[in-house]
Amino acid sequence: MTALLDIEGLSKNFGGVRAVQRLSFAVHEREILGLIGPNGAGKSTLFNLINGVFAPDEGRVRFRGIDITGEAPYRVARHGLARTHQIVQPLANMSVLDNCMVGACFGRENLPLARAEVVAREAAVVVGLEDRLSAPAAQLTIAGKKRLELARALAARPMLLLLDEVLAGLNPTEIERMIGTIRSIRERGVAILIIEHVMQAIMGLSDRIVVLNSGQKLAEGAPAEVANDPGVIEAYLGDPALAAALHAGG
Amino acid sequence: MGDALLEVEALAAGYGEVQVLWGVSLAAPRGRLTTLVGANGAGKTTTLKALVGTIAPWGGRVVFQGDDVTRLPAHAKAARGLVLVPEGRQLFSAMTVEENLEMGAFSRRGAHKYANSLERVFTLFPRLKERRRQKAGTFSGGEQQMLAIARGLMTDPELLIIDELSLGLAPVVVYQLFGTLKTLKDAGLTILLVEQNVHLAFAVSDHAYVIAEGRLFTEGPPAALAAMPEIRQAYLGL
Repeated sequence: MTALLDIEGLSKNFGGVRAVQRLSFAVHEREILGLIGPNGAGKSTLFNLINGVFAPDEGRVRFRGIDITGEAPYRVARHGLARTHQIVQPLANMSVLDNCMVGACFGRENLPLARAEVVAREAAVVVGLEDRLSAPAAQLTIAGKKRLELARALAARPMLLLLDEVLAGLNPTEIERMIGTIRSIRERGVAILIIEHVMQAIMGLSDRIVVLNSGQKLAEGAPAEVANDPGVIEAYLGDPALAAALHAGG
Repeated sequence: MGDALLEVEALAAGYGEVQVLWGVSLAAPRGRLTTLVGANGAGKTTTLKALVGTIAPWGGRVVFQGDDVTRLPAHAKAARGLVLVPEGRQLFSAMTVEENLEMGAFSRRGAHKYANSLERVFTLFPRLKERRRQKAGTFSGGEQQMLAIARGLMTDPELLIIDELSLGLAPVVVYQLFGTLKTLKDAGLTILLVEQNVHLAFAVSDHAYVIAEGRLFTEGPPAALAAMPEIRQAYLGL
């Protein structure tokens, strides 16, 4: 497999906080890679480093063999790398269709309006918003806004999609539906790097998992491998030695 | 659970449009230490906030000492003895130890017993007595956690709820704080504890609730739960 995205030795400090430390991993073509880790592990910071919201202090980000380290987000989007945000960011007063067209106009291909509309309509169909095209984004439910976030990113015709907690706040039926949508996007040839706290979902969805803890890679492998990794279990459940010592001390 | 000081039934809550809790039920029996554990984002803190009233519940019931207190504001619940020691301590950092403790005794309930409560917390935490005029912001994490618990005790709680006792603290401080919890429990205080270290939570509690994705995943006596593969599943999904 070819590495579509290659992260090498990435570090970022905020003041004294080492948010991301010497992190390396790769996302392959058509792969769904899950990124998990306790709160504050550095997951969203990593997304911001990849798509250019922040420049890293050290390390390289290569996409399709091109060094895109520190490039501005709009330029990163043109390389074919789109993202969604944990807190949905719709253009609230614009329609669903117009929101998607923004993605198409400023995405990989910089499409002219007429062509952008065609692509935007396709993206809306993929996420199941084709019946709400003229609705103002503000009127969508939270599940609808999450779908719109996805559609707008998809309309950029990315080769890699970064999804930041698209399942958070959805009910079980909506989660199931969103998982189906994510799978169908991968079937269209798009690789996906996904941050998610809904563990059952991400474990079932991902081909591989990377576990972050305190800005560092704690484990990497198939979902069943990482779920059974003692270091990962300790990161999630806590250090058993503390309780043992408490018992020993009476 | 006839002896429950606190009963929470099908609590639902969230932030803005995002629903976090989908029906959490739990009980805190009088004189017991009950723990609530679960992975990040499972809804532990949201459960506590909704039950003490710092956020408004979307649905469900909170029954405290037999009364439905679901819709009461947080200060009214505190005045009844339903007291939260919040995550991250939330001390008044520019105020002294003693001033922070006074704030804990702000309600009529607490003010009434001020002298007794002060003696009680200074006996529990001699270090706070030594440093009573020192500003809270100059304290170490462990000392701040002691002060946060002490401030909660100044309200004269019936139920003391503590969110993330051990987070970010050195092991030696953690042992000390858990020792304090045991002392408080032996003195008859009812405690509901949220604790990120599952092993610690299970080691000290009489009953444990495990939540995942905003719902109750399982519950039971800690000794039984500790052996369950489901616990790992609740945290890691597999």
